[in-house]
Amino acid sequence: MSQTHDVETIRKETKTYIKVFLSLAVLTVLTVAVSYFHMPPVAAIGVALLIASFKASLVAGFFMHLSHEKKLIYWILLLTVAFFLVLLVWPSLNMWNQRDL
Amino acid sequence: MEIPYTSETRPDTGLYNAKLGIWLFLASEVMLFGALFSSYILLRTGAPVWPHGRDLGLNVPLATLNTMILIGSSVTILLSWVSLRLHDVKKFRLYMGLTLLCSLGFLVIKYFEYMEKIHHGHLPSFNTFFAIYFTLTGLHGLHVIGGMVVNGYLWGPGLKLWHKDPQRFTNRVEVAGLYWHFVDLVWIFLFPTLYLL
Repeated sequence: MSQTHDVETIRKETKTYIKVFLSLAVLTVLTVAVSYFHMPPVAAIGVALLIASFKASLVAGFFMHLSHEKKLIYWILLLTVAFFLVLLVWPSLNMWNQRDL
Repeated sequence: MEIPYTSETRPDTGLYNAKLGIWLFLASEVMLFGALFSSYILLRTGAPVWPHGRDLGLNVPLATLNTMILIGSSVTILLSWVSLRLHDVKKFRLYMGLTLLCSLGFLVIKYFEYMEKIHHGHLPSFNTFFAIYFTLTGLHGLHVIGGMVVNGYLWGPGLKLWHKDPQRFTNRVEVAGLYWHFVDLVWIFLFPTLYLL
């Protein structure tokens, strides 16, 4: 985040925060509304996770300023994502193998 | 000896110490929650049937309200940081105070939700769903309490630093905000996973 104290820039930033908040509120209502449609499980999980991921990227991108952050932070997060995926996929693969046995 | 780069940015990283620190901490938090989400997936895929949270009596309207409250508190903590950058301490206290109130509101709602479950005998030992439900929401709740302790300190006694080193205090609020957004982000995934799917 820039250290600027320029009032005009800060005003613009604040407006963005409010817009993001409104988008998050709408998406929350949407995800609840969609859950009442009784879609097949795979579709329901897909839609819910898609909306959640979009909401999470709004929070990370705007609230946590990841849309314009320093390179070092991106590298840390890239490594985190890689380990996170291993954490999610590895046990599932293991279970898959056990099923085949 | 004074610790360097607490208020000014380090030339090689372009960051002040605490910001790098909080991101490393959040990376470890991703792994903590990631392990539990992974457990959830394994438990769910391994179970012959998996109940809908709603069918087990989870209160979707209350949880939706809690989601809104948490998102709202993410905005108020940002506004408290913005106020400091505009040198408006009164507004900082107002917005940080609102953040604390929202956090308290979240916990009160969670308390009523828990009480309802306990009243119906739906303890973690009741079934696998409630075991993972209480583990995930309980850990998240602990994070909310932890955030409240830090935010409460910054709102109260910690404010002294503002008069000595305003930039350093502003940085502290930014870092506390980053943690708070992460707590919000985790809830964004917990809510559909446990209540809607």
